Amino acid sequence: MTQRKVLLTDDETGFVETLSKRLEKREFKLATAFSGNEALSVLAENAWIDVVVLDVKMPGMDGLETLSLIKQRFPLVEVIMLTGHATVESAIDGMKQGAFDYLMKPCDIDILTQKVDEATARKRAHEEKIINARAQGIAARRGD
Amino acid sequence: MKKNKSHPNPQAFIPLPSIQGDVAKEKDAYARLARRILITALVISLAPILLVLAITLNQYDQATREKIHTTLSAIVEYNRTEIDAFLREKTANLQSLVLFSPPEDLQDPQVMEAHLRRLRRVYGPVFEDLGLVSATDGRLVSYAGPFRLGPADYSKAEWFQEFREKPQAVSDVFLGLRGMPHFIVMVRTHDKEGYPWILRATIDFEAFNTMVRNLKIGKSGFVCILNRKGELQTRPLQDINPHTQVYQKLLSTRSGDSLIFHQGRDKNGQKQIYVAGFLKNEDWMLISQQPESDAFSDLHKIRKIGILLFLGCALVIAFLATRFSRKLVLTLQRKETEKQLMNRQVIETGKLASIGELAAGIAHEINNPVAIMVEEAGWIDDLLADEDPQSIKNIQEFKASLGQIRTQGQRCKEITRKLLTFARKSESTTEVVQINDMIREILPLCEPRARYAQVNVETRLAPDLHPVLASRTEVQQVILNLANNAIDAMESEGGSLSFESINHDDFIEVLVSDTGPGIPEANLKRIFDPFFTTKPVGKGTGLGLSICYGIISAMGGKLEVESMMGAGSTFRILLPARISAEENSASPNP
Repeated sequence: MTQRKVLLTDDETGFVETLSKRLEKREFKLATAFSGNEALSVLAENAWIDVVVLDVKMPGMDGLETLSLIKQRFPLVEVIMLTGHATVESAIDGMKQGAFDYLMKPCDIDILTQKVDEATARKRAHEEKIINARAQGIAARRGD
Repeated sequence: MKKNKSHPNPQAFIPLPSIQGDVAKEKDAYARLARRILITALVISLAPILLVLAITLNQYDQATREKIHTTLSAIVEYNRTEIDAFLREKTANLQSLVLFSPPEDLQDPQVMEAHLRRLRRVYGPVFEDLGLVSATDGRLVSYAGPFRLGPADYSKAEWFQEFREKPQAVSDVFLGLRGMPHFIVMVRTHDKEGYPWILRATIDFEAFNTMVRNLKIGKSGFVCILNRKGELQTRPLQDINPHTQVYQKLLSTRSGDSLIFHQGRDKNGQKQIYVAGFLKNEDWMLISQQPESDAFSDLHKIRKIGILLFLGCALVIAFLATRFSRKLVLTLQRKETEKQLMNRQVIETGKLASIGELAAGIAHEINNPVAIMVEEAGWIDDLLADEDPQSIKNIQEFKASLGQIRTQGQRCKEITRKLLTFARKSESTTEVVQINDMIREILPLCEPRARYAQVNVETRLAPDLHPVLASRTEVQQVILNLANNAIDAMESEGGSLSFESINHDDFIEVLVSDTGPGIPEANLKRIFDPFFTTKPVGKGTGLGLSICYGIISAMGGKLEVESMMGAGSTFRILLPARISAEENSASPNP
């Protein structure tokens, strides 16, 4: 399995720091952001990110807005929503807008790992399809 | 929370009527109110009646008085004229007699006798006798009549003294030589030698008396005639004393031809109406008198009827007003009680709602720190895994402690999840639900616990119960919660748990009853408050019933509790029925 490449976004710095320590210990390649805007700029600079773990409730730009911008600018990047109970409904809204899944805080680290794997696999599948499509396109052009 | 602060909103602490001390005071106030309404109603309804009655009676009184006045005047006036005419006629009779037969002829008793016979034949037996008296010496010269008087001498007689010089006269009634009451009519004439003579006739007193005597007025009114001296000229129906002040006063009035009215008391102290008029050249006075009680008997009757009617009306009105006021006050009292009850419910609902808001906030805020704590514990766990288990003395203790932190974190998560359910902040989808089916689904879930607690589970479900619009999971949660509570209550002694569903017109009723020890009165009021629990710490969050309450309220229903100590508790769920949905679902099915 390839390395898991994740961007962790939450306004709770304590949560982000601890979780990133734990994930790095599990061989994740990690970037962190503490707001929606920051997440977008980190994504722009680091093209290696496969999956974004995104908190729904954040001051300023909230999770849902950030999600739609991410999907707009980086359509292939998968997003896992992270939520407290009060925002389950918005997490579901998020899934309708293209998020991969949602998780409830506090979440089990193994489940998180599993979800990240699944999201990464889907991203890989998408990328593969795109490569194939391009290859076919090139082949078609050659055939001219 | 809000409750503990002193806050100015008076609505929050309206004392309920059921709270002992106030009851007496309230009842007093209501009694006072009833009395005030009663008095007002009586005054308002009776005052106009009284006024109308008074005015009517007064008018009637005046009219009656006027009528009596007129009637009496007419009677007196008419009879006075009649009597005057009668006396004048008798005088005229004698005058014509002396005109045709000069005194020389009349000296012959035969002629006199013939004249008397003729007079009696023509004018009736009014003329009793005839006599020719010498005006110079008062000697009776000739006489015709029933009394054989012989040569009487009238020179000393009063009438002779008084009337000898007058051309004609009518005397008062007197006893005369015969000792019988009579009066005489006389005319003066002259013979050829120029000697004056007087022709006198005795008028039958009885005939005259009867004429006057028969004049009756009303039941007990009568008429009499007095002369100037106050002597009775007729025998009145009732004994009267003509010398009393009343008659003297009437006689002394100078009125000429017009009538005199007077009201006064007679000798017996009875009120009388007197009407009097002079006749016979103001020599005699015709007096009619009628007791007021007789004259006004109609008026008194009307008055009596009026007063009786009024009393009857007053009685009926008083009765109605009493009933009306009592009913009004009762209605008022009921409304007031209802209002207070509603106030209490509003307060209750408001309290729960604000607690819900707060709970949602707390739940959400607490979630993040708990998440961090759990992550930190996980991190320590991760780090411990790298260490050499041998080098750390209490490695097992550390692991156990971390496990506990994780467990408690999960517990926090559970509490916040319940809190959020209570506050209805989590998702729910509503659908048309058959409550009976839900109860049947729940039964197997609580049966193992029930068996363990020696609790019989019974169901009495209404067939074709109306469906309701609800969230399946929420209804399950409510029923399961209530069932679990019931089983908890009966854990020590066993008992029976019953589910009952009842159909009503547009709502359904679900009863979950137990035969446990019951809920103390003090706890009943707080039973739906969040975090209120009687279970040992760690066994219950105190949120179960608050959540049920929140769910049922949100569905537009009602959750109520009834409990009797020692007999058990019953939770009643009322839910609006989805009757139209039944029809909707029935049509597309076939």
